[in-house]
Amino acid sequence: MHIMEGFLPVKHAIGWSVASAPFVAYGLYSINRRIKENPEQRMLLGVAAAFTFVLSALKMPSVTGSCSHPTGTGLGAILFGPAAMAPIGMVVLLFQAILLAHGGLTTLGANIFSMAIVGPFAATAIYRLAKAMKLSFGISVFLAASLADLLTYVTTSAQLALAFPDPAGGFAASFAKFAAVFAVTQIPLAISEGLLTVVVFNALARFNPQELKEMNVVTVREVQV
Amino acid sequence: MKRYQNLLMIIAVVALVALPLWMVQKPAPGPDGKTVEIFRGADDQAKDIIGRIAPGYQPWIKPLMEPPSGEIGSLLFALQAALGAGFIGYYLGMSVTRARMRRELTKEAQC
Repeated sequence: MHIMEGFLPVKHAIGWSVASAPFVAYGLYSINRRIKENPEQRMLLGVAAAFTFVLSALKMPSVTGSCSHPTGTGLGAILFGPAAMAPIGMVVLLFQAILLAHGGLTTLGANIFSMAIVGPFAATAIYRLAKAMKLSFGISVFLAASLADLLTYVTTSAQLALAFPDPAGGFAASFAKFAAVFAVTQIPLAISEGLLTVVVFNALARFNPQELKEMNVVTVREVQV
Repeated sequence: MKRYQNLLMIIAVVALVALPLWMVQKPAPGPDGKTVEIFRGADDQAKDIIGRIAPGYQPWIKPLMEPPSGEIGSLLFALQAALGAGFIGYYLGMSVTRARMRRELTKEAQC
């Protein structure tokens, strides 16, 4: 769930937009360069975008009795690196902000920051860390995708808490309230996202081992197993 | 195990979606007789929290356009999911066929 139109004060809306802009610009540059060098990866980039489209359209129920949706950014971040996901996330957020009144144009910057910057960077970092700890391919992907999903919503909670600090308890009290709604609701959804990302990666590893090897996502040994 | 891994994971996702529906009971109507809604969007609840923390806050801009009804909204969400799933299905289908053709090619080469 994204921050809705008009629900960030003007200063915050501008601040988050300014913070997100360089990531989107660099992401576009890095996607262009990569497609120029490896035109055959265009389809896989489409898959990363499509996965984000599907997952952020699925509003799922959670044990807290409310609904939210996963983000789907972990897959693309592991495949293409975190920067590429900033413009892809922006496209999805724009679609929902303009056509569905879900999220908003003034809150686009803040929503890009949580979903298309923090999430993907977390996914890439966690994936590399898990690989460095010699965890299996599946477990690494699962941890990266699900924790990235969760951290996206922790970021959303922090953004709202910054904009609306509690009159008594300040940022921390406010953050606890927003996180209780967003982050706790997200836990089962994050697990779902992690599992679905592993399902897609298993299929890719089976049918597209060559691409994954070229992109340095997996080692030769892992594909053969 | 590896063979059933994907199937098991998909079953787990279905269970994760189905369990809350079964676990969360609709609470009894409050004293004002209003029924309590369950499975609302988390962003609606965030709106309520903002209302409690900063009662004076008014959104300073309205969405450009809102789906005229919940039905139209779900149409657009379904469209979004269908576009994404369609593309992934196309790519996987293509990959499966390509992998099979490659296998057949190497088999022929060995003959």
